[in-house]
Amino acid sequence: MGAQLREYRARIRSAQTTKKITRAMELISTSRIQKAQQRVRASNPYARAVTHAVSAVATFSNVGHPLTTEAENPVRAAIVVFSSDRGLAGAFNSQVLREAGELRNRLEGEGKEVVHYLVGRKAVGYFAFRRRSYEKEWIGGTDSPEFETAQDIARTIVDRFVQPTDEGGVDEIHIIYNRFVSMLVQEPETVRLLPLEIVEGVEEPDRSGPLPLYEFEPDANTVLDALLPVYIESRIFNAMLQSAAAKHAATQKAMKAASDNADNLIGDYTRLANNARQAEITQQIAEIVGGADALGSAR
Amino acid sequence: MADLEVSVVSADRELWAGTARQVVARTTIGQIGILAGHEPVLGILAEGEVRVTTTDGQVVTARAENGFLSVENDQVTIVAGAAELT
Repeated sequence: MGAQLREYRARIRSAQTTKKITRAMELISTSRIQKAQQRVRASNPYARAVTHAVSAVATFSNVGHPLTTEAENPVRAAIVVFSSDRGLAGAFNSQVLREAGELRNRLEGEGKEVVHYLVGRKAVGYFAFRRRSYEKEWIGGTDSPEFETAQDIARTIVDRFVQPTDEGGVDEIHIIYNRFVSMLVQEPETVRLLPLEIVEGVEEPDRSGPLPLYEFEPDANTVLDALLPVYIESRIFNAMLQSAAAKHAATQKAMKAASDNADNLIGDYTRLANNARQAEITQQIAEIVGGADALGSAR
Repeated sequence: MADLEVSVVSADRELWAGTARQVVARTTIGQIGILAGHEPVLGILAEGEVRVTTTDGQVVTARAENGFLSVENDQVTIVAGAAELT
């Protein structure tokens, strides 16, 4: 009897310590969401300026550019997966990896060879565990992405893209990341980054009337040459920031659920422990009364 | 004379925004000075400083390497991945 009570008490204590941890993590991620969202907002002027400029050049020059031309016969595609460095975020990583798996199947169904670039320890772990190969990994900075990392990723994939196909270059580049929809919803989003469709997925800044006739310095081609990689950088940076915000939101949600579960467990075990204690007392009384009776009748 | 609306933007934030009388920058083919009423321009910036003279006469300088500059309807945007004010 006493043993049972002790066991319930131990479980209550264990649930309480777990709850302390999950509560702390919940609070931490709540504060980080704010920061991550601020960073997304702060990067908006840049993204808007770059997009605006790219669409201006694209509208006023009929220049073909290697980054915008579709390969006639695409044989290889790259997928960049943005996961997180840490888990404890519910379905955050599994949904983005599942999406990547589906995209891979689809591309392979179209007869393309697929190569992967991974961002975040979780994706790397997933691939390593399955002994699947990947081209390059970026780990360690997913909580607060640096622009340098985005530049590095952009440089790597653009280099790979402009390589001729028969030397191992890729013909398409897709990115998959978790988009921050709201505090409660994070959706995996797949975007084909290259070849570039400039109109695609880009919020057009509100403007009245058509774009003015620009003068280009030095000329439209050079400007486009310089702008497109910058545009890609900004898209990747945006994906990283979104993913970071989504990660913190997912962690917050998961940790809140864990704290609530711990609360429920504590409640349940408290009730069981009370029952056990009551039963113990009842039995002790019965034993005393029984003993007294026995002594009384023996006399 | 009308004023220019200038903003200096780097990848992670807007560094400076305000009204200005004049913007001087160095593009890959030479220096360019912008006053109100300038025709729309998209230029690639070369190394060097961008000087913005504000309406109250102060001078704000910024480094905007590998960036670009766009002028449209008296709105000047100086954009670079790693811009900084100096």
